[in-house]
Amino acid sequence: MHHFLKALVSAVALCAVTGLSPAAAVTLNLHNGGDATSLDPQRVSGDWENRIVGDIFEGLVTEDAKARPIPGMARDWTISDDGLTYTFNLKEGIKWSDGEPVKASDFVFAFKRLMDPEQAAQYAYLQYPIKNAEAINTGKMDDLDALGVKAIDDRTVEITLERPTPYYLSALLHYTAYPLPEHVLKEKGDAWVQIGNIVTNGPYRPVEWVPGSHVLTEKNPEWSDPESLDIDGVKFFTLEDQSAALRRYRAGEFDILTGFPTDQYKWLQENRPGEARVEPFAGLYYYVLNTSRPPLDKADVRKALSMAVYREIIGPNVLGTGELPAFSWVPPGIGNYESGPAYVEWKDMAYPQRVEEAKRLLAEAGHGPDNPLKLTLSYNTDDNHKRIAVAVAAMWKPLGVDVELTNAETKVHYANLRQGTFEVGRAGWLADYDDPTNFLDLLKSGIEMNYGRWTNPEYDALLNKAAEMQNLEERAATLVKAETIALEDSAAIPIYYYVSRNVVSPQISGFEDNIKDIHRTRWLAKTE
Amino acid sequence: MIAFAVRRLLTTIPVLLIAITACFFILRLAPGGPFDQERALPPEVMANLRAYYHLDDPLIYQYLRYLGRLVQFDLGPSFVTKDFSVARQIAIGLPYTLILGGAAFLVAVVGGVAAGIYGALYQNRIPDYGIAGIVMIGLVVPNFLIAPILQLVFGVELGWLPVGGWGNGSPYYLTLPVIVLALPHVARISRLMRGSMIETLNANFIKTARAKGIGRRRIILRHALRPALTPVVSYLGPAAGYLLTGSIVVEQIFGIPGIGRYFINAALNRDYGMVLGTVIFYMALIVLLNLLVDLAYAWLDPKVRTR
Repeated sequence: MHHFLKALVSAVALCAVTGLSPAAAVTLNLHNGGDATSLDPQRVSGDWENRIVGDIFEGLVTEDAKARPIPGMARDWTISDDGLTYTFNLKEGIKWSDGEPVKASDFVFAFKRLMDPEQAAQYAYLQYPIKNAEAINTGKMDDLDALGVKAIDDRTVEITLERPTPYYLSALLHYTAYPLPEHVLKEKGDAWVQIGNIVTNGPYRPVEWVPGSHVLTEKNPEWSDPESLDIDGVKFFTLEDQSAALRRYRAGEFDILTGFPTDQYKWLQENRPGEARVEPFAGLYYYVLNTSRPPLDKADVRKALSMAVYREIIGPNVLGTGELPAFSWVPPGIGNYESGPAYVEWKDMAYPQRVEEAKRLLAEAGHGPDNPLKLTLSYNTDDNHKRIAVAVAAMWKPLGVDVELTNAETKVHYANLRQGTFEVGRAGWLADYDDPTNFLDLLKSGIEMNYGRWTNPEYDALLNKAAEMQNLEERAATLVKAETIALEDSAAIPIYYYVSRNVVSPQISGFEDNIKDIHRTRWLAKTE
Repeated sequence: MIAFAVRRLLTTIPVLLIAITACFFILRLAPGGPFDQERALPPEVMANLRAYYHLDDPLIYQYLRYLGRLVQFDLGPSFVTKDFSVARQIAIGLPYTLILGGAAFLVAVVGGVAAGIYGALYQNRIPDYGIAGIVMIGLVVPNFLIAPILQLVFGVELGWLPVGGWGNGSPYYLTLPVIVLALPHVARISRLMRGSMIETLNANFIKTARAKGIGRRRIILRHALRPALTPVVSYLGPAAGYLLTGSIVVEQIFGIPGIGRYFINAALNRDYGMVLGTVIFYMALIVLLNLLVDLAYAWLDPKVRTR
């Protein structure tokens, strides 16, 4: 028994010692939210995964501190006059973390793998601007070599597009455009991504991954400029409970929180002034109306519902985090859209007037307090969605609209939206790339994500026309026209523009707010 | 005894098969699938994904394929955490849960038994009421409330203990989660122990021992403890089952990568392979624990042994 006790005590002591070993290196402790499903940039889909893969891989272009494109693996590039061919010259001496050179063929290999239908990469469609990409990915074309990505030599990548795509450089920032170490994938197959096998080309490399706990990275000594990095490594913590994360932040265990409970915003502003950052974010929170069901097939009914949503109070009063009310379909500040966005014509009308107008429109459609319009409003189970749904139901009540609220877990909710088994449904969209088409495409006919099944031939024609345009100003003007049509016809109900919610410790510098909410570690510094 | 154990284990195989079958088909009836998400995928990509995981085969083939793999002790792939198979994920999470749950189990048994004996000895006096008060707190205050309070007091305000994290399993990090996890079980065990101890102390053989002039300490530890433990032991099986399958609340709040979150997250994500894998694992564990309880009964109670 005594031996057992001794062994136990020494084991415990050993654990304690190893647990408390001093950290000489500067580690950024980042609360990352969800659990990474993979480190393979072609197998991930969440913003929490983007934070990791964007630190360990680097594309032809990469993000600066404000998430604008700057040269990454490419030193420079030329775009042909017809806007179809991009030629990238790679930097000299770029290496994978195992010391092997990063070659043009690594990009070609990665793009082919991305489009290979057998790989079933979820976000492959973001690179559909590439010639033949969509045909290959959807199985209409068998020949992977027909993909418009070529290695001219070891240091030159040529990408040919299907049609001129003014936002394509911004699409190249996306993790679907990262190169992959062909030599490692060929040797290890699917196991290439395990710690011990994985080889990366970004400023950092992963060294430890405990699912459900954290991913740990350290400086990649083979990256082009490791001396410029202030932070030696990042511990990306998995923790979905934002309240628990905030308590750990308060105890100094986390340096950055990538979200916080909205009801704690006031507390943070009062007790940790300047640390909570609520900034505009390229995303839209909206209600989709099932236009295939009467009476929502009538534009006037939809317009009445939209006008009566008092979105001005949702951010400040319902959520408490100051989300900006949305009167357009494309959030303001999106690139390639200087003349946009278009706004609903009643944007500046006072709310009581809007309600009167909405009542009139509904009365014309035959609805009112005597003949109430019965609607179900569905949302995916979440406290904030519920608060907003309750508020909107109350705003519609005076019009003579009886709302029944239903909620379902996320998977079921979106399955219902897709199958069209809903009347009014909550949805949201975060920009994948910095271009208005990313939002406007959601209302195109026949698009899977056009849950409301709203169709308008003129709208579709304008979007198709804009897709062929090279002149950015003319293109933007065409897209504004399209957006105006969608808003006039009340295709859906925009409610608010998303905000990013970060909490950044005063010890961290270099954290620049931006509309994409992307903050690569290489630009950050930490003082102990 | 061995024959008994083997027979018990064999009878669980049909039970396991029925459970797997029911689970497999009920899961598929649930709306939504592993690849439904906020952003709808292009239909072709969705088709590719389904083909990749053989989800486009007829259900009965999928079922037979699953059973075929299971016979070879292969729990198959996870549809969500793509880089880790189901078995690998359980293997990664299990040590955390075993250490945390094991520690909580020890605390619950030792603390609960000690508090129960103490309460029995000072029946209806101040120490008994004091213990009863703590027990009530442990029983009625849910862990998602106790955990944040302990974190705020001992982690944020006093700074004595870390708010969360694993820290290589050092007691420094384990203290708070173990307390939260163990508290309701300490409470229940102490209630059971108190009642059973009072009853035992009034039994004739204890009175005889007392009449012989044996000291109180010796009476309790030598004579009363073992018979009084029997009701506690029957509670230990379910308690161990609960503690060793992990707690999603405690794991989430303290950021511990155990297996407790797997089942719920997998069910929400429609990660079919992961749900079935955890069900099978939980069942195996519970069968094993029940067997241990039966064996412990035999050891504690001679009447059971001779049967």
